[in-house]
Amino acid sequence: MRKFNLLDGLVVPLDRANVDTDAIIPKQFLKSIKRSGFGPNAFDEWRYLDHGEPGMDNSKRPLNPDFVLNQPRYRGAQVLLARENFGCGSSREHAPWALEDYGFQAIIAPSFADIFFNNCFKNGLLPIKLDAAIVDELFKAVAASEGYKLKVDLERQVITTPDGKETAFEVDAFRKHCLLNGLDDIGLTLQHVAEIKAFEAKHRAAQPWLYA
Amino acid sequence: MNSKTLYDKLWDSHVVRQDADGTALIYIDRQLVHEVTSPQAFEGLKLAQRKPWRTASMLAVPDHNVPTTNRAAGIADPISRLQVETLDANCAEFGIVEFKMGDIRQGVVHVMGPEQGATLPGMTVVCGDSHTSTHGAFAALAHGIGTSEVEHVMATQCLVAKKSKAMLVKVEGLLGRGITAKDIALAVIGKIGTAGGTGYAIEFSGSAIRGLSMEGRMTLCNMAIEAGARAGMVAADDTTIEYVKGRPFAPQGENWDKAVAYWKTLHSDEGAKFDATVELDAAQIKPQVTWGTSPEMVTDINGRVPDPACAPDAVRRGDWERALQYMGLQANMPITEIKVDKVFIGSCTNARIEDMREAAAITKGKKVAANIKLAMVVPGSGLVKAQAEKEGLDKVFIEAGFEWRDPGCSMCLAMNDDRLEPGERCASTSNRNFEGRQGQGSRTHLVSPAMAAAAAIAGHFVDVSKL
Repeated sequence: MRKFNLLDGLVVPLDRANVDTDAIIPKQFLKSIKRSGFGPNAFDEWRYLDHGEPGMDNSKRPLNPDFVLNQPRYRGAQVLLARENFGCGSSREHAPWALEDYGFQAIIAPSFADIFFNNCFKNGLLPIKLDAAIVDELFKAVAASEGYKLKVDLERQVITTPDGKETAFEVDAFRKHCLLNGLDDIGLTLQHVAEIKAFEAKHRAAQPWLYA
Repeated sequence: MNSKTLYDKLWDSHVVRQDADGTALIYIDRQLVHEVTSPQAFEGLKLAQRKPWRTASMLAVPDHNVPTTNRAAGIADPISRLQVETLDANCAEFGIVEFKMGDIRQGVVHVMGPEQGATLPGMTVVCGDSHTSTHGAFAALAHGIGTSEVEHVMATQCLVAKKSKAMLVKVEGLLGRGITAKDIALAVIGKIGTAGGTGYAIEFSGSAIRGLSMEGRMTLCNMAIEAGARAGMVAADDTTIEYVKGRPFAPQGENWDKAVAYWKTLHSDEGAKFDATVELDAAQIKPQVTWGTSPEMVTDINGRVPDPACAPDAVRRGDWERALQYMGLQANMPITEIKVDKVFIGSCTNARIEDMREAAAITKGKKVAANIKLAMVVPGSGLVKAQAEKEGLDKVFIEAGFEWRDPGCSMCLAMNDDRLEPGERCASTSNRNFEGRQGQGSRTHLVSPAMAAAAAIAGHFVDVSKL
């Protein structure tokens, strides 16, 4: 997994609540057996005017000019600003794969759905929860100023606005450690093989039917 | 003293290790696998030259991509076919039991698992699918995970997790005529919202829940994720134990007696503390119908489409306006005046035998209305299909004008050929009414099987409690 370092990224505002993972990456793209290449189909139904299917040349498809990601001022955005309950619905990890492949490195919202939130950390994507009032201020600030960027410092757990105002955010210590160092969970867990085996022996003795 | 919730008991009995910050390794008893969220996990294992920790804990089935008609011809779409073939190849390579497309045991993963007795009380169950919450109906700790976690569980038999908060949803009283678990689920979501359960594991309890069959409890726990909760659960009781008894993967002989003795402890203790409690009066729950593009956009059959001008805040006003526009509905329109184009009875929420029976009871001797372009019933598994046919339910549906299909996820998410055309409106027994969920531009109204069948007959929504 890619390490998350300091980010100074352009912010794009996606002003709707309950953005679900079906919207982030529609089902027809889930037929892929690969982990990469989902970026061009992120938000496919909102982003293009035609119906997308796997295998199409996305560079030739008609873009929806009303969709915020298509507006020239937000080209190259790395920070997605969103509303409540972002990433709800399906557990598809294709959603963070698509966002990461698109170029996002951080998502700021008042709340995230649990499974999506977890999935982000496995893919070098940092979800940041901030108070709804602060997020609302950020929406206003982004709208008011073209080229609006935010600095995200994971080590210090702060975001900094262009005028230098810092806002702290919470992040789980273990996830922060993994993200900062680009660590793979499986490797870390396998350091505890002896404990897993000991647990398994005890569990098998207590509930032998699980192993029959 | 030291009273525990059901969730505490399930969590505590699976903690392998826990760090000071609460990050824990949780042992996983059962991993269910389907073709969509597993190929990248298998690939990851192979690239790292790892093997599954315990293949006997895994059970696989293709469900999302499979066709529901003309199976003898195989899967027409080459990309879908490759995904199913990849599952077949991975299961063969690692020695994982798989019920392939031609097997009568094949079905939607969350119908198949419990039907086989592969989901047992007291287990931890995971699957790369958010509706894994279904299995909590068996007093199991069950939740959906992403593909990285699928690979993690394959390689280590464990999941890295932090304990959630506990919510109690208590439904007391008697359900009215024609009111089902689906209506309870939608009523709960209507009350707490789609993010109301975020960060929680929900236990459903109360006399109305105890009165539900296992099929009903599965429907309810299935929808816990639509309330934001990764896990839903119901205490084990005689209904649970009776359901499990004699199923292929269920314990037998001496192990059965030991297991039952343990399962009887799987309930919240008297005085156990919950972080939040929500109460509903069963008698007040009416047949539910969603009107928007999120399951929380729901009202009852006597209700009207809401007016965005009356929304509680600006964000929701915008969401409601967008939803009405997408759904092609007018504010203040009575729900009973909404005409539907298609009807879908199926999915991991409502494709079990009891659902088939409820829909058939409404359908018997009637005909699908002239304005309905397609009404289809997709049983949850080959075994559900066979049982329904034994009971003659297939004939009831076919004579009324429904199509009687082969098992799979089908039009719940439209990964196979079963989908709505842009602008088409569907009464659906599935779980999500998101934009585009049943096909680009699709308009979904979530209802119970009885309500879907009644809409097929009338051509618009009607109150099943009055039929």
